Amino acid sequence: MGSNAAENHPISFKWLTEAREKRGAKIISVDPRFTRTSARSDLYCPLRSGTDIAFMGGMFNYILQNKLYHEEYVRWYTNATFIVKDSFGFEDGLFTGYDPEKRSYDQNQWAFETNEDGTYKKDMTMEDPRCVLQIMKKHYERYDIDLVCRITGTPKNKYLEVIEAYAATGAPDKTGTIMYAMGTTQHTVGTENVRSFAILQLLLGNIGRAGGGVNALRGESNVQGSTDWALLYHILPGYLETPQAKRDPDFETYCAVETPKTGYWVNKPKFIASLLKSWWMADDPAKSYNYIPKRIDGKHYEHIALFEAMYKEEIKGLFVWGSNPIVGGPNANKEQAALAKLDWMVAVDLWQTETSEFWSYKAVERPTDKDEYGIKTPEDIATEVFFLPACSSFEKEGTVSNSGRWMQYRWKSADPVGDSKADLEIVHKLGLKIKELYAGSSRVEDEPITHLTWDYGHGDHPDIDLIAREINGFTVVDGKPGPQVANFTKLMADGTTACSNWIYSGCYPADEYLSKRRDNVDTAPPGAKPIGSYLNWSWCWPVNRRIIYNRASATPEGQPWDTDRASIWWNGEKWIGNDIPDFGGTKDPNGPGGRNAFIMRPEEVGCIYSKRNEGPLPEHYEPWESPIKNLLNSQDLNPAVVIWEPEKQGQTDKYPIVGTTYRVSEHWQSGVMTRMQPWLAELMPNCFVEMSEELALEKDIKNGGKVIISTTRGDIEALACVTKRFKPFLIDGNYVHQVGVLWHFGFNGYAPDEPANRLTPHIGDANTMIPEYKAWLCDVRRA
Amino acid sequence: MARMTNLYDVSKCTACRGCQVACKDWNQLPAVIEPFTGNYQTHESTNGDTYTIIKFMEHEDPVDGIQWNFLKFNCMHCFDPACMDVCPQEAITQTEWGAVIKDYDKCIGCQYCTYACPFEIPKYRKREDIVTKCTLCYERVEEGLEPACARTCPTGALTFGERDQLLQVAEERVKFLRANGFPRATIYGKLELGGLNKLFVLTDTPDKFELPIDPKVPGQITFWQDWIQPYFGWLIPVALAGSAVSFVTTRILANKNGDHTEGGHE
Repeated sequence: MGSNAAENHPISFKWLTEAREKRGAKIISVDPRFTRTSARSDLYCPLRSGTDIAFMGGMFNYILQNKLYHEEYVRWYTNATFIVKDSFGFEDGLFTGYDPEKRSYDQNQWAFETNEDGTYKKDMTMEDPRCVLQIMKKHYERYDIDLVCRITGTPKNKYLEVIEAYAATGAPDKTGTIMYAMGTTQHTVGTENVRSFAILQLLLGNIGRAGGGVNALRGESNVQGSTDWALLYHILPGYLETPQAKRDPDFETYCAVETPKTGYWVNKPKFIASLLKSWWMADDPAKSYNYIPKRIDGKHYEHIALFEAMYKEEIKGLFVWGSNPIVGGPNANKEQAALAKLDWMVAVDLWQTETSEFWSYKAVERPTDKDEYGIKTPEDIATEVFFLPACSSFEKEGTVSNSGRWMQYRWKSADPVGDSKADLEIVHKLGLKIKELYAGSSRVEDEPITHLTWDYGHGDHPDIDLIAREINGFTVVDGKPGPQVANFTKLMADGTTACSNWIYSGCYPADEYLSKRRDNVDTAPPGAKPIGSYLNWSWCWPVNRRIIYNRASATPEGQPWDTDRASIWWNGEKWIGNDIPDFGGTKDPNGPGGRNAFIMRPEEVGCIYSKRNEGPLPEHYEPWESPIKNLLNSQDLNPAVVIWEPEKQGQTDKYPIVGTTYRVSEHWQSGVMTRMQPWLAELMPNCFVEMSEELALEKDIKNGGKVIISTTRGDIEALACVTKRFKPFLIDGNYVHQVGVLWHFGFNGYAPDEPANRLTPHIGDANTMIPEYKAWLCDVRRA
Repeated sequence: MARMTNLYDVSKCTACRGCQVACKDWNQLPAVIEPFTGNYQTHESTNGDTYTIIKFMEHEDPVDGIQWNFLKFNCMHCFDPACMDVCPQEAITQTEWGAVIKDYDKCIGCQYCTYACPFEIPKYRKREDIVTKCTLCYERVEEGLEPACARTCPTGALTFGERDQLLQVAEERVKFLRANGFPRATIYGKLELGGLNKLFVLTDTPDKFELPIDPKVPGQITFWQDWIQPYFGWLIPVALAGSAVSFVTTRILANKNGDHTEGGHE
């Protein structure tokens, strides 16, 4: 659901095929259209884009009403037993504490009741009307099957088949897994979509267990790595918050404010101190903390926010690194117009991209004369553009982290072509040059650069081994790297250790860089079955643990729920098994805290109920541009999202068709790498728009013919793919059409065509601001 | 030597088309970029620079709902290859293990083989005046490697090995599929045309994959194969003798009739 694994993660599909053959697994595909994944699934079920929470809410309701959840698991390993304060309430789409002016909530009103000693009040029978399970039951009562189907457009019989098949995994000896991707996240309710999967998996006892989990299929092979390494504005490496100017003025305050009182995160000061030490080895962390730029409290710095700021000429310069926003970014016309307002831009990529050539004549061509954002022609653009050729992944070495958190080393297979360089080398040279420019300065404001530790060998390419040792962390001896630490449990808050990312600490504990391991033997303790852990293949964060929260794979007493899928178990003295215990190794299951399976949470249990910007439980809201009013409550749009361009909201009178975008196996992301390859261009030579036969008939569109798709943001021309695989949805008694456009195309390469993102809006999720690429309104006509 | 072949199991194919690219890569074939025509399929059929394609076929019926079938389409390497039989240059041969291969130095581009093939697979490459097709990567196989397509297949839809063993795998697989939602699952290539050195596990009847249910070599080719080619050795003297006899007899008859004019009665 929310992923098209066979097409976009083809290797992952190999394992689904194997599960079906070896264990009789059933594959369910939930998607607005019938895809190559659906073609290889046992059950296909359609839904209209943007209605996932309604779909999931109906499942919760069915599971709770019929008591199909994994009761013991829910009782011990989730917060279903917690008592919620009286200040929590919900009415007509709004939780208590909403401020319509700020479009945000006072989340304290949703807190749990606590005892005098600070521990949480619980009802282990889960019958108290204020306990999470009962609140949830009441919340989702409204999501009855018929109403859900009126919203999602799903045929009722298919919906029931899905619910019954999936709810069966709530049996203690069964597991089910959910694979999701951008079909889930790229919505104004993206975070709550993912949360709803986590809730379903907790209800059915499918988290922390082999064969369970919520699997994020990443859009790129190293998205996991990039997140771990904080390629996002709100975190530093290892998921440490970036400091906010008012909230975290100094190191002491940061540690006090950002560190929770319970759970493993109580160790946060050790991690931030060691991170600062790895950057400024000669300085005390309390001092070097001041070197980190602070963000303005509450201000947005996400992709959309940055381009909005560029459009308003608040940003002067931009590095575009392996990124092609005028093809891949939302509202690409606006983003293209924004680039022309920069003083300078540096693009780093394998080829000239559409973005690096945004100033060219090719970039101005449009199928109609609609221009909402003032696209400039070359003679009017003053932006100075630099291009740095980067080499491909096969021409450089280093690690990639997959979505299973494995840190795998990849060796170089060919030398870089021409003057192209590895990203690491480009950064390294840039770093050295900047340090050179500041050398000799004694100004205090230059200290972040003059004091910066940048010691990675003498070559043009930095020494990866030195970087890896720093990632693992070491003891600082006389201001220099000393012996490496075993793992993050040895890190200190007093500036005596340095570690550039605590979650990766342990990857290079002594003389062996564990990411290079390639032992493909799957071993198990005597008398147990292996479960596919492959503990000696590469290395996995944290501390080589393959399934996090694996305490939940065992009963409260410490024995496997299912001996076929035994992860760890209690042998009377300690935890042993097929994985590294995500738990105190000798913590007695019957002792204090012996059943707290989710150690990274302050409450140490899985969160069915959890504070997000739009509420503690997922509620269905329509996409920003929707063909209908919300049938579940009178809030059409997620009440906590930021509205950037209210005047650009398309209405059904002009734009009655639901639009979405997606990828195909044959191209990669914005197509920069694949459109330049003739063999791949041959496989998918054009941008096409998939639509039902019914819509084609209505609009007199021929299969393979040219069509114009328009939204309030712009128009594009594409070829029609009229197919039986896309059907109109019966939504609340009326037929609603949906179309889907490939977003891989731009004006360069062997398969040039128009970027679908000229259609998509500048609006994002209420927590992450990930753009709502997947559901918007458009119109389609013959070109 | 045992026959070696590819088993292609459509129930595992996700139509990622890695095989199509691997084929072009190994054989160093140029891209033939044709505009999108409304179907994911790249080309109508194979062409001179494209030895293998994945076909995409949509079917819909009230019982099974939508089916989207994929088929890897390329040379079947027939046990008794019609193309080999008709080739006047003996450019087409069969390896001991069953690959039907071609010597492009001998090929004169006459295209007889394209008409002889019951599956219409070999295609003319104008650039070099030759007819090309899949070779089952015989040069790889003879070095102990698998064909490029089987090597690259990520889902296990393509496996390469001894035909007898793969046939057993296929039979088991068909049994499994018939019991698991595909009652019309079948093997293709076991008996067709006396046997193909290419095995398919299909989830439905062959016509749902645009494969002929009972493929036949065209009639005139059979005639050529059964009558003309086997006797080719003495056919020439017979033909020569025939024309000599005809020459003499017509002269005699002409002389008898006293008809000396050439073509101009009117």
